[in-house]
Amino acid sequence: MITTIDLEPVNKILAQIELSEKLTNGKIKPAYLIPLLQDIQDEYGYLPRKVLEHVSTISGIPLSRIFGVITFYEQFYMEPQGKHTIKCCRGTACHVKNGQKISDTISEILGIAEGETTEDGLFTFETVACLGTCFLAPVVMIDDQYFGNLTNSEITKIINKYSPKGDMP
Amino acid sequence: MSIVNIKINGKDHQPEIGENILKYALDQGIHIPNLCYDSRLTPSGACRMCIVQIEGRPGVHTACTMTAAEGLSIITDNKEIRALRKSTLELILSEHKTNCTSCDREGACQLQDYAYEYGAAEDKFPSIAATGDSGNYTAEGIAIGYDVEKCIRCMRCVKICAEVQHCEALTFQGRSGEVLVTTPFNMLLTDSSCEMCGQCLDTCPTGALYEKSALGKGRVRSLKKTRTTCLYCGVGCQLDLNVHRESGKLVKVTGETGIIPNDGNTCVKGRFGFDFIHREERLTTPLIREGDAFREADWEEALELVARRFSEIKKESGSDSLAGLSSAKSGNEDNYIMQKFVRSVLGTNNVDHCARLCHASTVAGLARAFGSGAMTNSIDELENTPLIFVIGSNTTECHPVMGIKIRKAVAEGRTKLIVADPRRISLTDIAHLHMQQKPGSDVALINAMMYTILDEKLSDEKFIKERTENFEVFIEAVKNCPPEFAEKVSGVKAEDIRKAARMYASAESASIVYSMGITQHTTGTDNVLSLANLAMLTGNVGKPYSGVNPLRGQNNVQGACDMGALPNVYPGYQKVVEPEIHKKFEKGWNAKLSDKVGLTVVEIMEGARKKEVRGLYVVGENPVLSDPDSNEVFEGLKNLDFLVVQDLFLTETAELADVVLPACSFAERDGTFTNTERRVQKYRRAVNAPGISKPDWEIICSIANKMGAPWAYFDVSEIMKEIASLTPIYGGISYGRIDDVGLQWPCTGTDHPGTKVLHQGKFARGLGKFHPVNFLAQKELPDHEYPLILTTGRMLQHWHTGTMTRKSKVLDEIVPIGYLEINPADAGKLGIEKGEEVSVSSRRGRIRVGVNITEKMAEGVVFLTFHFKESPANALTIAALDPLAKIPEFKACAVKVGKLSR
Repeated sequence: MITTIDLEPVNKILAQIELSEKLTNGKIKPAYLIPLLQDIQDEYGYLPRKVLEHVSTISGIPLSRIFGVITFYEQFYMEPQGKHTIKCCRGTACHVKNGQKISDTISEILGIAEGETTEDGLFTFETVACLGTCFLAPVVMIDDQYFGNLTNSEITKIINKYSPKGDMP
Repeated sequence: MSIVNIKINGKDHQPEIGENILKYALDQGIHIPNLCYDSRLTPSGACRMCIVQIEGRPGVHTACTMTAAEGLSIITDNKEIRALRKSTLELILSEHKTNCTSCDREGACQLQDYAYEYGAAEDKFPSIAATGDSGNYTAEGIAIGYDVEKCIRCMRCVKICAEVQHCEALTFQGRSGEVLVTTPFNMLLTDSSCEMCGQCLDTCPTGALYEKSALGKGRVRSLKKTRTTCLYCGVGCQLDLNVHRESGKLVKVTGETGIIPNDGNTCVKGRFGFDFIHREERLTTPLIREGDAFREADWEEALELVARRFSEIKKESGSDSLAGLSSAKSGNEDNYIMQKFVRSVLGTNNVDHCARLCHASTVAGLARAFGSGAMTNSIDELENTPLIFVIGSNTTECHPVMGIKIRKAVAEGRTKLIVADPRRISLTDIAHLHMQQKPGSDVALINAMMYTILDEKLSDEKFIKERTENFEVFIEAVKNCPPEFAEKVSGVKAEDIRKAARMYASAESASIVYSMGITQHTTGTDNVLSLANLAMLTGNVGKPYSGVNPLRGQNNVQGACDMGALPNVYPGYQKVVEPEIHKKFEKGWNAKLSDKVGLTVVEIMEGARKKEVRGLYVVGENPVLSDPDSNEVFEGLKNLDFLVVQDLFLTETAELADVVLPACSFAERDGTFTNTERRVQKYRRAVNAPGISKPDWEIICSIANKMGAPWAYFDVSEIMKEIASLTPIYGGISYGRIDDVGLQWPCTGTDHPGTKVLHQGKFARGLGKFHPVNFLAQKELPDHEYPLILTTGRMLQHWHTGTMTRKSKVLDEIVPIGYLEINPADAGKLGIEKGEEVSVSSRRGRIRVGVNITEKMAEGVVFLTFHFKESPANALTIAALDPLAKIPEFKACAVKVGKLSR
């Protein structure tokens, strides 16, 4: 799927930075790179190459440094992600409370492996080391919502809610 | 700097406070192993090999991240440290596929050396070496290869790209066990910000980064390194030619850290641009014209013919009907012998060389203002200069290693940078102020800066009073040029001009760096005089970290001028018209000499067209492509009765010759070059000469002998002895003294240490002289018919008429063909698209060339390099001359660009 990338949103983000004086010598401070990339990812859903090249030209931060940072952190994506991101916890508490089964079920329902996106572009499925909410184990996070104390049937219902026919946006 | 007392292994040492411990120890000959350390880089402590113990502190610490402090006591080697280093090595080896048996770096690999020293086992830990099957950023690329299996993630390549070259083309991708070195999005190096300098190749401690063309061509034990001086620009980088002991072929070029002026760094030309020496097209034997073709001849026949014809012409039409063009590419000794030959054997001062086309206005201007036409200060000062004003110099492309020094100084916050250039060049990206003036408006710009300095009382009155003369006359000219006037002429905002003036004048010390953008105008001498005025006005000359610094273009253009390959001066700028000097050389050379100033390059060509010059001897130049208005040059050369060309290749000029003589390249003989900071440096024989080719000086001497001069030089050092005896500024220079780092002239006696900074305390001419300079427009202004200004120059990857660089595989692959740079607005108006081939024409000629549409160009200005015979820029340029320096106006003429009719 080739779509043209609109640079308008990133220009808005860059313009805001100038207002908030996060500048040295007319260039964006390197220390502000990570928050900047987060803002861009929030806007686009991932980090399109064309946008990053544009950021590099405007900000004076070398493209290599941007690339180094986004490949270092798991939180940054270089490919378009599903509309919803499902993060299944595989921390110790979730593990002992059968978290692996939840993970297997999600894979089965969506028909994709961990790290993949469904063909319809609706879901991206990831496992993470710990969501920090062990009292909810086993736990899954969809976008910015937590779902805890899960069973197999519950996770099926929840995913259905996010499907086009479901009631989640 | 204060000294501190420390102990290393129980022994007392006194380093400077804050000195890096690893560097200090290595300098003292104390062995501490290290893999991620390079003296050019900030230390990263990544490899953990340089661990040492500190008395009174638990654990081990990396020496590379430690600085000298009073009372520090360290142990660099004991059983415990050795055991830790061994384990570290074994962990590193688990990431590194150890196939030393087939590795080019075998025998020159730090990892291999330490594994041996510490007895580290390759298989102590399970291998996690990445597999190299999946291509990487170099797989489809040119010249540089990356073998991920051998990479130990020391980060030296990534850091040298960022901290030394300031390109940041490389980065780490991923983390922990999956880290790789790559470019952004794994793009090809040639698509990234990489400048292909190859510094990464040089710093790699293993065989992970390698030169593709050297792969399998020989390991260190079969290579012999010969230290030499680079043949390209005037920086004078010291390089090591690595030649295979058996095949005698050049395998690769390396550098060595700690050696001035380049500290082991090179540019893309120095690294990859020397394979031309082995090209099959090299001339191997003399050639004599027979009708439309050449036939091979032996030396005896060829030299006999040359000597006979020169003698005949001299007899028939007099000495002044003969002329010689010497070469800024050949050594001091060759230039000395050439001008001596023209002056004392042919009997005329008609000797010149291509400095006429680059820095004649510098020599004329700075000699008038200061008394000496050379760079006043030294290259290494640039790294610590508070303010650098770069005008008309695309330093990072034309003097790349000097360019990286400026980048470093700016990046590390020591230097403020002002750039004045009609194009947006790489340095403008980091400049604190860029003035994008129209070509040919420099005098107005500089005068307006001085107007501001006087207006705001920022001048150095003490300096003006004590060290200069003619100030009162000079200010009259400046008064006519307020910034508002300059804005109209140059297109630079008056406020920016004022800002530049304030920055320059208020800096603690400021250095002016300039090049062809200043000199190659009909007002070239005026431009240079203006810069000299600016420096004197603010007292920025005659002290370190300041000065007026012309960057000389060719490797030996400084030397060729010093050697008197100029029509008005003998070696050492001693004037031919001064009776005493004239007498001195008649005695020294035991010959009758002409006291009449000779013809310059462009005048020689004119003379040839008018049949006033009948015979010409061209050594190592290619005027057909390098001189302005090349159609006229071609006519002139065709018109000669006898043309001798001595070169490495059958150049466009050699094709017109009656006799072609094969010369050795710099890699096949010994001699000296003088770099832009006046440093006389050696180049050394590393490979055998092809065929029966000979060094230039030997060929010229043989012709001189045949014409009756009893010259006999055993080798180049003997010629240097003669040079020193007749040339005061070279008086103390001898082969014995320059072996190591060379010497900077003036060096007047055998115990004189050479001169880093000129004009300290006193100018070479006594007082510095201000010259009133009024703005004059360029010769040919754009008009209705020819609406664009054409400016010409060089690019990073190629050199002059391309006789060498276009025969280099790597350089030719990176940029195979020339192009016209044009602003998007101009291109839009003409309906031209990217890459489209267009016609460019001036009143003198017309060429076809592809376009590169770029914001680098200002509207109304287009740019061409002169490297490509397919699109010869000089078919368009104008041979209008600066009245004093006789330099042609390469930097501005009027052209039109048009679509090709279909």
